[in-house]
Amino acid sequence: MRDVTVIGAGVTGSCIARELSRYELDILVLEKGSDVCEGTSKANSGIAHSGYDAKPGTLKARFNVEGNRLIHVLSRELDFPFKENGSLVLALDEEGRSGIRDLYERGIKNGVPDLRIVERDELKAMEPAVSDSAVCALYAPTGGIVCPFGMNIAFAENAADNGVEFLFETKVTSVERRTDDDGKIYYHIETSKGSADSRIVINAAGVYADRIHNMVSEKKIHITPRKGQYCLMDKAAGSLVSHTLFQLPTKSGKGVLVTPTVHGNLMTGPTSDESLDAEDTATTAEGLGTVISRASLSVKELPRMTITSFAGLRAHEDGGDFIIGEAEDSPGFIDAAGIESPGLTAAPAIGVFVAGLVRDILEPAEKENFISVRKGIPSMALATEEERQALIKEDPAYSHVICRCELVTEGEIRNAISRTLGATTIDGIKRRTRAGMGRCQAGFCLARTIPILAEMLGKPEEEITKCGTGSEYINGNIKDGI
Amino acid sequence: MADMKKDLVIIGGGPAGLSAAVSARKEGLEDILIIERDTRLGGILNQCIHNGFGLHTFKEELTGPEYASRYITMVKEEKIPYMLDTMVVDISYDEKTGSKTVTAMNSEDGLFRIEAKAVILAMGCRERPRGALNIPGFRPAGIYSAGTAQYYVNIEGKMPGRKVVILGSGDIGLIMARRMTYEGAKVLCVAELMPYSGGLKRNIVQCLDDFDIPLLLSHTVVDIKGKKRVEGVTIAEVDSNRKPIPGTEVFYECDTLLLSCGLIPENELTGRLGAGLNPVTGGAYVNESLETDVPGVYACGNVLHVHDLVDHVSGEAASAGKNAADFILGKNNTRYDGAAVKIRTESGVRYSVPSVVRPSLMPDTMTVRFRVGNEYRDKDLAVYLDGKQLMRLPKRVMAPGEMEQIVLVKSRMNRIMDPSDGAEHEMVIRIEDRQ
Repeated sequence: MRDVTVIGAGVTGSCIARELSRYELDILVLEKGSDVCEGTSKANSGIAHSGYDAKPGTLKARFNVEGNRLIHVLSRELDFPFKENGSLVLALDEEGRSGIRDLYERGIKNGVPDLRIVERDELKAMEPAVSDSAVCALYAPTGGIVCPFGMNIAFAENAADNGVEFLFETKVTSVERRTDDDGKIYYHIETSKGSADSRIVINAAGVYADRIHNMVSEKKIHITPRKGQYCLMDKAAGSLVSHTLFQLPTKSGKGVLVTPTVHGNLMTGPTSDESLDAEDTATTAEGLGTVISRASLSVKELPRMTITSFAGLRAHEDGGDFIIGEAEDSPGFIDAAGIESPGLTAAPAIGVFVAGLVRDILEPAEKENFISVRKGIPSMALATEEERQALIKEDPAYSHVICRCELVTEGEIRNAISRTLGATTIDGIKRRTRAGMGRCQAGFCLARTIPILAEMLGKPEEEITKCGTGSEYINGNIKDGI
Repeated sequence: MADMKKDLVIIGGGPAGLSAAVSARKEGLEDILIIERDTRLGGILNQCIHNGFGLHTFKEELTGPEYASRYITMVKEEKIPYMLDTMVVDISYDEKTGSKTVTAMNSEDGLFRIEAKAVILAMGCRERPRGALNIPGFRPAGIYSAGTAQYYVNIEGKMPGRKVVILGSGDIGLIMARRMTYEGAKVLCVAELMPYSGGLKRNIVQCLDDFDIPLLLSHTVVDIKGKKRVEGVTIAEVDSNRKPIPGTEVFYECDTLLLSCGLIPENELTGRLGAGLNPVTGGAYVNESLETDVPGVYACGNVLHVHDLVDHVSGEAASAGKNAADFILGKNNTRYDGAAVKIRTESGVRYSVPSVVRPSLMPDTMTVRFRVGNEYRDKDLAVYLDGKQLMRLPKRVMAPGEMEQIVLVKSRMNRIMDPSDGAEHEMVIRIEDRQ
């Protein structure tokens, strides 16, 4: 019998697991993907929102503001890329002024620090590339940009370092409430890879959280996946803006953002299309067209330097707010459901809150040897000359470049594979090291990364996958079958 | 502070770098270093195992590795030093001293700097990836650039897939249609967005027609299906604005999509160095000596502009090598005060290499290469110097897939202009109706 089973190794599940790993608990994380960060967590805006957007009094508002504060602290302790670049919500016409005012008031109610409205001249000085039609903007200095993969991986790794067990490619097929001989409630979980019993189940299943919830609770919830499409542009375009530029929502749409990423690319998006399929992460010509045309409203000239585009699904619950807490009719079944924007920002705060709920139920002892810090993979691209020399001295593999666009070396790739919850797929290496994320999109490094992964996993190259079983790259030898 | 000093550093040990090195040595330059990021010299030629190389240079038909080995042999015979498995991460230029610093990394020497009197950029090009093409759909395994597939098949002996659709009719795509077929794959079709192929005519005949592989002109991929591995692609016809025509979609069940949609010169280092780049070619602006606007830094081969034939790369690189050697040995006057001719291209001519010619520094005859932006039949190529017609060449066919060239004759130019007048002159290359 496990103490806690978390369903989902996205950023929400990983933050919860990490907070729980402070206690003497037997914790299991079940993930249907081949790695952490395989669903909504991998395909979003990568923004640490300051918290003016959510309606005061909602869970979104509460956890957003607190989550933003925690990211400032934890990005250092857990060593993931975060930059407080500040965000600006643009009013693109005079009519928008009142909307900016409303957002400002809302932000104040939500407890967002240092908010202010900037007028055109100051705005132009802050962002020379901003569109001439921008009349004013709400400036939130605590808004930031974060690497969504880096953050998710950091929390999961630290949880694993503290004894949490992760099982991948393990899909939950049923959850059933049972009562043991002492009359205590527990949950029986069937998965694609066997079953588990657990005192507490935490539902952090993203776009599938309604299905998991509805397996045990009579009080049904309903999630609609909302697709968001993005275009990521070359680093040569990355300095177009320094703040994250949002648009004030108007009648014609919610608006898209234009932002530098924490790694120096330029990103635009998202669209918002309701989807019936929780697996539908395909981009569409229409969607990508919308991203570019809407983003073009925020800046004078949007560079046409897309290096990749992608789509993610937001888990939108009908009620419009996060659902966090024990299900009314299912003691010990805790939801962290409907986690759409600002979910990435809120995740660390959700983690603390949910861990608190579990602590109140199980009353576990705190670990004496909890490891509160985690060191990320060194980056040759970001290292100073001295740091580079030191890394190379330690391991010459740090001077063997594998991904030339992002300057990722063999040393970093080997580190990514061999560390806690190490990469087992090419996507896993990509999200941990950025190999393949540059302008050539793995054209050069793929054939160089596969052999390293194969060697370290002790597998033939034919079994190396992009993102788990069924996504193999190589299909036998030449002349097979002739 | 440099870890070593070299007269000439050549970045890239592919066909351009090798030829440049040999030529610089023949010009009398001793101190040369080639830096190559791969584990062997020869560059992309090593995976181009088909024949058709060398007809101009060696007057015989060679495979890629054979062609490369001729130059590698020359480099070894000349005892020109080279470093393998070494990545150049930066080039910088000191305006005061004129010296260039090349920063590189490898696992033997770690991170190190080389101070050079001249640098030749010979880094080649890369393939345009799916993301840059904005093809909608899923992002599964099974989408490869044609060159990556070529690496797998020809170097590793492994198949990237079995049932293949190819987007783009660039030469590598055409070659891979044939290669994949030879090795047991089924190539369903080659789709090309433009109404004409981007590849050489001979490749369309030998790689597609001979194998009954359909070439769908004015078609593109509008959707990719498959969450984990490619399960199929949807191809649609496009209109004259290259927009897909609704209702023309056809689904092709396949496990692989190869992309052969253009090559991009790899000029990230060049850009950081501060050399001006031509947005049309993606390569540096160069003068008649193939020198960029950073003095003593030369460019040649596919890093300068994408070529059709390696023979042309070798020739161009030999000029760059000779000019760089002359620069180091003080044979050409770096404080030039003669006339300069700027080449302007228009009406269908997209660019020219070089873009500036200083007549007193050019050889007696000099080749200018360029591409046209569309298919042209029975037109004239007209060249004007200071408004006067310099030459006029009737052309039966010109197409974007085939590089064009003209040969400038110095004595003829000097009849129109005074090469020592120190003034700026203009040459115009344009396509005109047949006269």
